[in-house]
Amino acid sequence: MSIDTTEKPEPSGGKSRGKASGGERFADWTDGRLGIYSLARANMRKIFPDHWSFMLGEIVLYSFVIIILTGVYLTLFFHPSMNEVEYTGSYVPMQGQLMSEAFNSTMHISFDVRGGLLIRQIHHWAALVFLAGMFVHMMRVFFTGAFRKPREVNWLFGWLLFILGMFTGFTGYSLPDDLLSGTGVRFMEGAILAVPVVGTYLSFFLFGGEFPGGDFVARFYSVHILLLPGIMLGLLAAHLFLVFYHKHTQWAGPGRTNKNVVGMPFLPVYTAKAGGFFFLVFGVISVVAAIATINPIWAIGPYRPDQVSTGAQPDWYMGFSEGLIRVMPGWEVNFWGHTLVLGVLIPLLIFPLVLVSIGVYPFIEAWITGDKREHHILDRPRNAPTRTGLGVAWITLYMVLLVGGGNDLFATHLHLSINAITWFVRVGFFAAPVIAFLVTKRICLGLQRRDRDKVLHGRESGIIKRLPHGEFIEVHEPLAQEALHKLTAHEQYEPAAIAPPTDDNGVAKKLTRGEKLRAKLSRGYYAEGNQIPKPTVQEYEEITSGHGHH
Amino acid sequence: MSTHEETPEEHLPSEQREHGAEAVKRPENPFADPGLPPHEHRVQDIDEAAAKRSERAVAFLFALSMVATVGFIAAYVSVPQDKSIYVWPLGHISAMNFSLGMTLGIALFCIGAGAVHWARTLMSDVEIPDDRHEIGASPEVTAKVKADWVQGAKESGLGRRKLIRNTMLGALTLVPLSGVVLLRDLGPLPGTSLRHTAWKKGKLLVNMNTNEPLRPSDVVVGSLTFAKPEGLEEHDHDFQKEIAKAALMIVRLQPENIKDKRELDWSHEGIVAYSKICTHVGCPISLYEQQTHHALCPCHQSTFDLADGARVIFGPAGHALPQLRIGVNDEGYLEALGDFAEPVGPAFWERG
Amino acid sequence: MKKLSARRRHPLAAVVVLLLALAATGGLYAAFAPADKAKAEESAQSLTIEEGKKLYSVGCASCHGTGGQGTTDGPSLVGVGAAAVDFQVGTGRMPAQQPGAQVPKKKNIYSQAEIDQLAAYVSSLGAGPAVPTKKQYDPSGADIGKGGELFRTNCAQCHNFTGKGGALTHGKYAPDLNGVSPKHLYEAMQTGPQNMPSFPDSTMPEKNKKDIIAYVNAVNGDDTEHPGGLELGGLGPVSEGLFGWVFGLGTLIAVAVWIAARTAKAKKS
Repeated sequence: MSIDTTEKPEPSGGKSRGKASGGERFADWTDGRLGIYSLARANMRKIFPDHWSFMLGEIVLYSFVIIILTGVYLTLFFHPSMNEVEYTGSYVPMQGQLMSEAFNSTMHISFDVRGGLLIRQIHHWAALVFLAGMFVHMMRVFFTGAFRKPREVNWLFGWLLFILGMFTGFTGYSLPDDLLSGTGVRFMEGAILAVPVVGTYLSFFLFGGEFPGGDFVARFYSVHILLLPGIMLGLLAAHLFLVFYHKHTQWAGPGRTNKNVVGMPFLPVYTAKAGGFFFLVFGVISVVAAIATINPIWAIGPYRPDQVSTGAQPDWYMGFSEGLIRVMPGWEVNFWGHTLVLGVLIPLLIFPLVLVSIGVYPFIEAWITGDKREHHILDRPRNAPTRTGLGVAWITLYMVLLVGGGNDLFATHLHLSINAITWFVRVGFFAAPVIAFLVTKRICLGLQRRDRDKVLHGRESGIIKRLPHGEFIEVHEPLAQEALHKLTAHEQYEPAAIAPPTDDNGVAKKLTRGEKLRAKLSRGYYAEGNQIPKPTVQEYEEITSGHGHH
Repeated sequence: MSTHEETPEEHLPSEQREHGAEAVKRPENPFADPGLPPHEHRVQDIDEAAAKRSERAVAFLFALSMVATVGFIAAYVSVPQDKSIYVWPLGHISAMNFSLGMTLGIALFCIGAGAVHWARTLMSDVEIPDDRHEIGASPEVTAKVKADWVQGAKESGLGRRKLIRNTMLGALTLVPLSGVVLLRDLGPLPGTSLRHTAWKKGKLLVNMNTNEPLRPSDVVVGSLTFAKPEGLEEHDHDFQKEIAKAALMIVRLQPENIKDKRELDWSHEGIVAYSKICTHVGCPISLYEQQTHHALCPCHQSTFDLADGARVIFGPAGHALPQLRIGVNDEGYLEALGDFAEPVGPAFWERG
Repeated sequence: MKKLSARRRHPLAAVVVLLLALAATGGLYAAFAPADKAKAEESAQSLTIEEGKKLYSVGCASCHGTGGQGTTDGPSLVGVGAAAVDFQVGTGRMPAQQPGAQVPKKKNIYSQAEIDQLAAYVSSLGAGPAVPTKKQYDPSGADIGKGGELFRTNCAQCHNFTGKGGALTHGKYAPDLNGVSPKHLYEAMQTGPQNMPSFPDSTMPEKNKKDIIAYVNAVNGDDTEHPGGLELGGLGPVSEGLFGWVFGLGTLIAVAVWIAARTAKAKKS
């Protein structure tokens, strides 16, 4: 397709050949006011590479749209009020119970609005998928090094979206004012109270007085439907804009370089694929909502601060913070008439640290490599063993904490002692990430060695040949040039120079502490033993010519 | 591979120089990029019958979606909302939720599946390379922007007229304070409200189940009873707020099993009354194991020994559950002998 | 016949034979079991404390002592009452098989008549709660809504919102209440088996217990309606999260793989 960049037809000028169709005339009219043709020139045939892992972000985008659509529907029926009313709806085991209007209207949506339950369930399932999708999408970007220059800012946008998504989810989960979410809000109150100096004041301002008060549902409501989604929408727009602006990353392969992007055009292929994927995501989530219950508030009951159920957990994305709080020992320091609730405060501080540690990683890696170039070719995780190891260690930490957050259910379903699981998580919190890092790094190095062998010695063909002198050998097939290129296309850094540079007079400059640390980390990433040198052309030629003599 | 336009840093790989340069210099390099492979046709590209089959499949999916939407509307108007059906393996479920969800799901999924099948089999699958351009601006543009900035800044006189600059910064710093001040009425100041509960001397212990005051004989060893202060009713405006602090857990122990002296003093014939609100973050703790006398919190597994002053023996809680001092009034009912001696529930900065 | 012999080497033949064998065993058991029951009913006519004592000395005395006074292996049974015996033996918890954090529910090996004899003997050792009558525990007509509130106040903290069970300390647990008969629910509340506290009539009157039983029956039975679809164990966000990851995101990733996969190329000929 070629875009006509010459002068656009003037409204009065008319076209020489035939009459323009209605759609075309409308487009011309719009362009005269909005300049859409200039926008379309760059984007209509924008090239997107094809890989399933590049579509994870789309799952997230579409579930966000689904959440907004269903969320708007729910606001038509939901009453964000904590006035107490008596239930008179059609669910028998709840009749006559006192509950807040928020809970009552959620019951009404679930049992007395046709399709209301379905929309509620789509909304909640989509929220779980939204956050799970963000998690997986973020890990894909992490392990392939797609966060490198020029995409660090977009990584941060995505990371912020994940965090805001967590809090949007939490506030939404609290709105029905049911016994489960109320317990979660109570936990939140306790956590806020643990903040030194201002905690009590923050709590009183948030809840409009003592917990639970009569305000938090309405306040969470405006945060859940307006404030946080508004910010997220802005970030999302920026995130998508940058994806278009930077053009998508791609895997190394024949014809795919750091200076191009190979794939299929937005119109028509990706319009159909991406547009179709929206309907697929919506369809799958609808079916999930048709067959599986989520957050059955009718079984949970309305919130009362003196009631509780075992198995009180937040939704999965908050699970790791639940794990942190469950496995923390009960430390409390009293001094000068004040209490420092370390047992709650420390988890409250580790919670953002866990998230920040992954959020700032791109900047740390960029600092260590000192690489200022743009990167559009993705790393295979094995070719960045230290990064991959760190990523797996982070996931392991996250998973260990998730186990901690569900320790009671693991105890009952695996017939274990809850105390034993708690201790396992306490030890695992420190030990498991280290073990995961070491194991992952070993595996990566092993895979690098295998790649090296494949390049130098060819692919194992599975054909056994007997040589004249009786020896059996397996025939190795040399790889095609495409495969050779793919396996050797990655770059390998060398560790940062450790010798202190000298100034003009030949006097050795003293290394700063930062430089020393950087040199040390760089060795940890790239020194011998921390990556397998990829085969050089020379090595390849020596070996292949050697084969010829054999 | 790419050639790198910027000069390599001191620690850039040795390979990179070699590779980038070689790919150009030595075409016989076995690792060199062979370029995009030639396009291979799909069956649909060369066989019109196959293309027709694809077209029919796409049209079938779109048609199925239409049928499903009609089914959705039919289900909406015809399925009674309270009808329950048995669907294996889902169990007894709402007919309406299931039929609406499935028809909506199919209607949406089929549109998506049709569009994707269309794209995959009938639209061109020729891969096209598109050039990238560096994100950073060219040196000329950079220089121009920086010069413009300097000129603009100079023309504003901001650097020269310090008085304007300082007062402006002052005004901009102060103005958000209005917004902060406006938040003040979000809630009252805490005062000492977290230190007091609805309990006071002479308040009867009212059984949560029956709403009747409790007598010592009602509470037997091994039983578990929950109580609220006399006069606090579920319909009360501030019931939620008051019960969040006043909820009480009552158990009876053999007096000889009580290890803590104060606990024994504050009990009545072995009947002890503890706050039901966990001292960790405020869950209603009440998983009472009558043989071990341990009470476990279902939220974070803090475990308290009710036979030993409700001391914490496991988990994240920082201090023991507050005990309510109880006795018996003239009519033989259990009564509180005062409010809790310490704040109930989660610890806070001013708790001390 | 010919067909049958031809298919006997079919890979599924073994499964079919196994199913037939299982069905036959079950049928035989069903055919003979009522005979035992009839016999038991017959002996129920001559229910005596003496017979209970005989059963007791065989099945219980080794842990609870020859006179029910208790040993280091088992608590005293003096004063626990007939309701406790009916619950413990009727749910198969007693006699216990092995020591552990908690004695689990298992298949009951005594007939109701034998349980009644045991109960009669144990209650002769010291008065305690009697086995409730059907009038006491029958939940029909009870207030399910009130039962729900009572359940959330008194029971849910250990047994979960709808009685799916939950964890206690050091490997102990509150069991799932699905399939527990109204009588056993009543007895458990009345007597407080093992580490469960009791909820005697003095603090939880009969009517409250009935309401609770009605609620449990309504929300945690095999016929309970779960309007939203699969109940996912009724365990809350943990199982929902797992389901969302595996079936929600898992399906969507599978769809993404399909979308991005290369369409089959025409074979070069």
